[in-house]
Parts: sequence; C-alpha cells; structure tokens
Amino acid sequence: MRLTAITAAVALTAGVAFAETVAPDNVAFDEYGAVEVSLTGTPGNAENGAKVMTDRGLGNCVACHVVSALSADFQGEVGPSLDGVGGYRSEAELRGVLVNAKKMFDGTVMPAFYKVSGFIRPGDGYTGKAATEITPILSAQEIEDVVAFLMTLKDS
Amino acid sequence: MKFKALTAIAALLAAPAFAGGADDDVLTIDGQEMMSKVAAAPALAETGIDTAISGWHFREDDTQAMQMDTFDNPAMIAVDQALDAWNAVEGTADKSCASCHGAPEESMAGVRAVYPKWNEAAGEMRTLAMQINTCRTENLGAEAYKYDGAEMTAMEALITVQSRGMPMNVATDGPAAEFFDKGKEIYYTRYGILELSCANCHEQNYGNYIRADHLSQGQINGFPTYRLKNAGLVQVHNRFRGCIRDTRGETFAVGSPEFVALEVYVSARGNGLSIEGPSVRQ
Ligand code: HEC
Ligand code: HEC
Repeated sequence: MRLTAITAAVALTAGVAFAETVAPDNVAFDEYGAVEVSLTGTPGNAENGAKVMTDRGLGNCVACHVVSALSADFQGEVGPSLDGVGGYRSEAELRGVLVNAKKMFDGTVMPAFYKVSGFIRPGDGYTGKAATEITPILSAQEIEDVVAFLMTLKDS
Repeated sequence: MKFKALTAIAALLAAPAFAGGADDDVLTIDGQEMMSKVAAAPALAETGIDTAISGWHFREDDTQAMQMDTFDNPAMIAVDQALDAWNAVEGTADKSCASCHGAPEESMAGVRAVYPKWNEAAGEMRTLAMQINTCRTENLGAEAYKYDGAEMTAMEALITVQSRGMPMNVATDGPAAEFFDKGKEIYYTRYGILELSCANCHEQNYGNYIRADHLSQGQINGFPTYRLKNAGLVQVHNRFRGCIRDTRGETFAVGSPEFVALEVYVSARGNGLSIEGPSVRQ
C-alpha cells in the first residue's frame, strides 16, 4: 500500500518534470537564433557543464573550440575560442547556439546538440549503422549545464 | 544582421590558426621528389583552394619519415606478399596475374594514376579494386577478394608502387561525368547526426586541428595507406566509410555505387598530385 503510494508519487513528479522539459522539436527560437526560455526550468550546473564540454561521448566541444579554463588536452581550432564568451553573449544566445547553431550561424559546421529530426542518413552512435531511434546529442539539462558553464567565461 | 557580422568576425579570428596548415617539408621517396603540392586541378576551381596538397604534409615528422624510404615503410611487406600472389597460379583457368601481365614493373606502370576508369566493354566505372576482382573471377577463375580485405589492399599496393611519382590523372569527362557529378553531390552532403560533409572538414578546415587530428584535404593519392594505429593497410572506401561513421551517420558499403562515384570525384580533386602510395599515416 505505502509502496504503491510512493510509486505513484514518483510517477507524478516525473510527469511534471517531463511536462516542463521542452522537447527538441518544440524549442522556440527568436529571429536571431536565441532561445529565451530554459529547456528544463532547473538552473544549470556549471561544473557538470564543464564535464559535458570535454567528454568525447557528450559535447566534445573542445574538439573544435579552445577553452582555456578547461584542462582538456588537444583543444581544436575549427571554431572560435570560447574564452570570454559569457561576457559578450547572453544566456539566451548561448542556449540557442547549443540547441541548433545553424539558426544563428547560417551553414555553420557546428553540430546541433538538441535536435532529433531533419538528418540525412542518421547513424546509431559511431557504429556506421542506421539509427533506430534518434535522441539528441545532449539532454535538455546538459544543455542548461553547458550554458551555465559558458556564462562563467567572462575573461578573454 | 548583427549575428551574421559576428560570424564574419569569428571566421576572421579563426584564420590565424591556419598557421598550423600544411608544412613546408619536401616529400621524396627513395630520393625521388614527389609533386605533393600542385596547382589546383579543375575540379577544385570553384572551391577557392588554389593548391592541392598531399595528406603527407599534415603528418608528424616521424610518420612522414617512414614514407620517405622504402625500407622504413611498413607497407612494403604487403607489397612483397602481393608479388607472390601476382605470380601464383590460382583458380580454374590455371593462370596467374603474371601469365597475362608479365612483370608488374612494366605492365602496371601508370595504371593506378588513371583509376577509377570507365570500362567500355562492360559499360561500368571500375575502381582498381573492382578491376582486380574482375581479373580474378573472369580471367583466373578464382574467388574475388574481399573488397577492403588484406589481400586486396596488398595487391592494390603492389600495383600502386609501379606508378609512384606519376601524376594522378583520372578522367572526368565522357562517361565519367555522371560519376563525377554524383560523387560531388555526396562530397557536399551533410551526413549524420553531426551533419558534417566531407567539405566541412577537408575543404573548409584543412590545416586545422579537430581535437587531436590535424585535418588534411582528404586527398587519395596516397592510397592504400598504412595506418600505424591499425598496423595494416587501409583501402580508400574503408577510409570513406570511417569518415561518414564519424559524423554519427549511416555509411555506404565499401564497393557501393556511391563510394565508386565519390572515389571518381575525390580523385579528380587531386589530379596532378603524385601517386605516392602506399603511404604511411598515424
Ligand atoms: C565541429 C565543430 C564544432 C563543435 C563540435 C562545436 N562547435 Fe561551437 N562553433 C563552431 C564554429 C565553426 C563556430 C563559429 C560559428 C560560425 O561562424 O560558423 C562555433 C560557435 C560557437 C559559439 C558562438 C561563439 C561566439 O563567438 O559567438 C558558441 C558559444 C559555441 N560554439 C559553443 C559550443 C559548445 C558549448 C559546444 C559543445 C557542446 C560546441 N560549440 C561544439 C564549431 C563547433
Ligand atoms: C568530422 C570530420 C570529418 C569528416 C566529415 C570527413 N573526414 Fe575525412 N578525415 C578526417 C580526419 C580527422 C582524418 C585524418 C586526418 C587527415 O588526413 O585529414 C581524415 C582523413 C581522410 C582521408 C585520408 C587522407 C590521407 O592523406 O590519408 C581521406 C581520403 C578522407 N578523410 C576523405 C573523406 C571524405 C571523402 C569524406 C566525406 C565522405 C570525409 N573524409 C569526411 C575527418 C573527417
């Protein structure tokens, strides 16, 4: 009896959290490609954002960007350095770039990290096989975490 | 407008990183100088790239050195093995490659440089691997090699060394034109969950590092390549497949019509570069 009640409560909370998370296809961009509203309503965790940015299986942002505040080895040079980006970009702009950078930078090589449709020959991870289901590269909360970390980068 | 302007600034800021670029070393193999940087082929005309550059120029010094001397090139073992296969009688016709072609030094000189090549009689575009397999099945009565297997890459390497130093000269007109066009379309298509095209990495970003990898122009004049990481030879379609896989994409199969067309197009982008296979890569 009690267990059932707890389960129901958990289901309820999970349901609420889910309802608050903006699904990839429902993200609203403004005309400049910024995204005003948090994807989750839960403030981002900058520390986890830093991990997401260096983890090869997650953001791997340092593959293309130099971020001096991160100790990751082999930081790439395909994109601009992100040092100081939190000083000249707003949170909404950074969220927009992460969700789908192509909305702001036409034709950019930067991948869209929170997108599930419109791909050509999407694969199943790095297997080279066809995808059976498509999940965004980063979760809604991971996006918020990375935004929180980027906002700490004030000095260039 | 605001953001478009910033994009331009970002591009400008990124430019100095190009200092990494291709190095200024000179590629010689056993003392023979290769044409490893040449004026852009017609296929590059619309790209803004004025010089076709061999992938060798983007590698570390020690990797480069291994390719400059036949005795240091780990791929040469495979070339020796392929010479045995060349001379071995195999299949129902009781013949070897040598029965029809004699010594590879004479009959195979220049062959690598013009493949993929249209075969008029068969009405098909043939890669070197397809031609090798056609000879095996039709002329030897033997089984085809696996398209990107060790025996195939070794035989390709043996045939390739006979054209060393000769300029890549793949035809793009006549029946090749439709393959060129199809290959070009594939080259510029942004595949996979990462939505990256060949051009995003090898045209827009050669010379730049993407994490630990120093991006080259993705030229194929050095194939098959010996990859130190795999301790073995890599067939060109296998490389194509690896690159599409890395976009988190669904790849095409080795030997597929898509990759044959892509090979025609990528070859043409490197026309004029010396054949330098089997090359050595990290
Ligand atoms: C494959 C390359 C690539 C990857 C991976 C990548 N980016 Fe980018 N990023 C770029 C490029 C290129 C630009 C510049 C935009 C343009 O003009 O195309 C850019 C722009 C940006 C900007 C805007 C900078 C400014 O000056 O306004 C931010 C912020 C950013 N990236 C963050 C990230 C984060 C965070 C990640 C990982 C979650 C990431 N990027 C992954 C290539 C990449
Ligand atoms: C995500 C980035 C990326 C994309 C997209 C990509 N490649 Fe590559 N490619 C690499 C890296 C990294 C290497 C290894 C370093 C080098 O030689 O550039 C490489 C190597 C190669 C090589 C070997 C070059 C040599 O000299 O050994 C060829 C050929 C090649 N790529 C062709 C292609 C083609 C064709 C496509 C499109 C189907 C493609 N690549 C797409 C990243 C990429």
